[in-house]
Amino acid sequence: MRYQSQAAAKPYFIAAIGLFIGQILFGLVMGLQYVVGDFLFPGIPFNIARMVHTNLLIVWLLFGFMGAAYYMVPEESEAELYSPKLAMVMFWVFLVAGALTVIGYLAVPYARLAQLSGNDVLQTMGREFLEQPLPTKAGIVVVALAFLFNITMTVLRGRKTAISSILLLGLWGLAIFFLFSFYNPTNLVLDKFYWWWVVHLWVEGVWELILGALLAFVLIKVTGVDREVIEKWLYVIITLTLVTGIIGTGHHYYWIGAPEYWQWWGSVFSALEPIPFFAMTVFAFNMVNRRRREHPNRVATLWALGTGVMSFLGAGVWGFLHTLAPVNFYTHGTQITAAHGHMAFYGAYVMVVLTIISYSMPILRGREANSRRAQVVEMWSFWLMTVSMVFITLFLTGAGILQVWLQRMSDTPLPFMVVQDKISIFYWMREWTGVIFFIGLVVYVASFFIKGDEKTA
Amino acid sequence: MSGTFTKSMARNIFYGGTVFSFLLFLALTFHTQNALPKRDNRAAITPGVTHGKKLWETNDCIGCHTLLGEGAYFAPELGNVYIRRGPDYIRAWIKAQPTGAHGRRQMPQFNFSETDLDDLIEFFKYTSEINTSHWPPNIEG
Repeated sequence: MRYQSQAAAKPYFIAAIGLFIGQILFGLVMGLQYVVGDFLFPGIPFNIARMVHTNLLIVWLLFGFMGAAYYMVPEESEAELYSPKLAMVMFWVFLVAGALTVIGYLAVPYARLAQLSGNDVLQTMGREFLEQPLPTKAGIVVVALAFLFNITMTVLRGRKTAISSILLLGLWGLAIFFLFSFYNPTNLVLDKFYWWWVVHLWVEGVWELILGALLAFVLIKVTGVDREVIEKWLYVIITLTLVTGIIGTGHHYYWIGAPEYWQWWGSVFSALEPIPFFAMTVFAFNMVNRRRREHPNRVATLWALGTGVMSFLGAGVWGFLHTLAPVNFYTHGTQITAAHGHMAFYGAYVMVVLTIISYSMPILRGREANSRRAQVVEMWSFWLMTVSMVFITLFLTGAGILQVWLQRMSDTPLPFMVVQDKISIFYWMREWTGVIFFIGLVVYVASFFIKGDEKTA
Repeated sequence: MSGTFTKSMARNIFYGGTVFSFLLFLALTFHTQNALPKRDNRAAITPGVTHGKKLWETNDCIGCHTLLGEGAYFAPELGNVYIRRGPDYIRAWIKAQPTGAHGRRQMPQFNFSETDLDDLIEFFKYTSEINTSHWPPNIEG
């Protein structure tokens, strides 16, 4: 570790992994509820489990992004963090706020939670992914501002690199677009239109800047390729990302009441969205092939390459699969969407956070890389989780195709629940694959506790 | 491409491309805002619809159902439920939950008042009349 204050990242990464475990457990609950409908009912109804599953995902990725920034920015800026103390305070604020929110979801009925938490002051709750009570939303803003202040001051004090500028741009964008979560008009079309300014402009916009910055940082470290080369291609990739992704928001505006020209804008631009992901994959493999050093942390390189491939498959290919308006007319809001969502989030954001953790955690623990044995175990977790996610996606895609066929395209369309019963075999297979994913996660956690002959940093 | 194509050129293309894309997006948004009154059924928004939407949100209905195709995929699409089932069926259905049928997906009992149910149904009616470019493909949603 070159700068003492980089240690601020460590608790963020640990919390991220802890919440990741919670996310997967609730995923397994939901997966089982798909086939054993009354499982845990009425204790944990499906909507509550889903809220915990998705909110934990968002929160642990945010922990991962913040940890990544605290680790990367001092090194990029060649300066100590502006305030390590503020980073620690905000860590506890965010963790406690997150925990209280989840307890709130589980302990009281949602309507009661809304009443207790002042939803009547400003109604923002009950929209997908933005279910958090008002105090939590406000807390997210406070934590984000304090975090951005800390990071920005550090960057301003030190060396300015393309990676830190892009990371900052992504993180500021994340905070700014989150403000749209406070806008919730009664007009459902407007509500939905601007809801996507948080959701889409996060995951297909500013988060991809963060993703690119994290990946480029790790690639510089593990390959030793010249920074100029890596940063140049980073700019090219994120240009493609935003030029396709911003107007690509239109693929969400086909059927929610917005004008029909969005079918053209959305189809054309989002059909191009796989290109930056493909470029990123080629880029990652190219840099690793042109490596000028053999970094002892092999598993971090594996995660970095995996991020490229899996984000291309999940976000790129599975996104393209249903993004053209004439296709989306039939697939909108089916298991096809769920399939895409799972692999895209895993391939892009889960994997990039695990990449930076894999690279930096050994250093934060005082060694350049983990022992060979620990790395092999971590590689096992990589393959277990990644292959499971591929199969989860394939099973959901199978379910989705049948659902579209039976419920949407048939001359004699069947009701929703009748179709759900007919495709339950796919849900069973998804659930068992989910169990394997969870085993992979346990192996991942175990890899942190495996000793061996480590090289010191 | 590597000889003459420098990092600062790439950076300029990035900032230029991003600003251009975002401005184009804002222009389209501005146009959409102006076009929406003809499509979004805003004339039908009554205090009942407003309250109905609040009930929809504060009970996290979107955590199981889709509305205009967005939400969770655990329970049926409700954007067109007013047309598919009609007001009386919707009212009776919500009141009868949960079914308690063994092994079946369960919908919680929300203890709505009759006025609440009126407003929720009014919200569904309003939603069903939004111009969604003929989506969903058929009545099953």
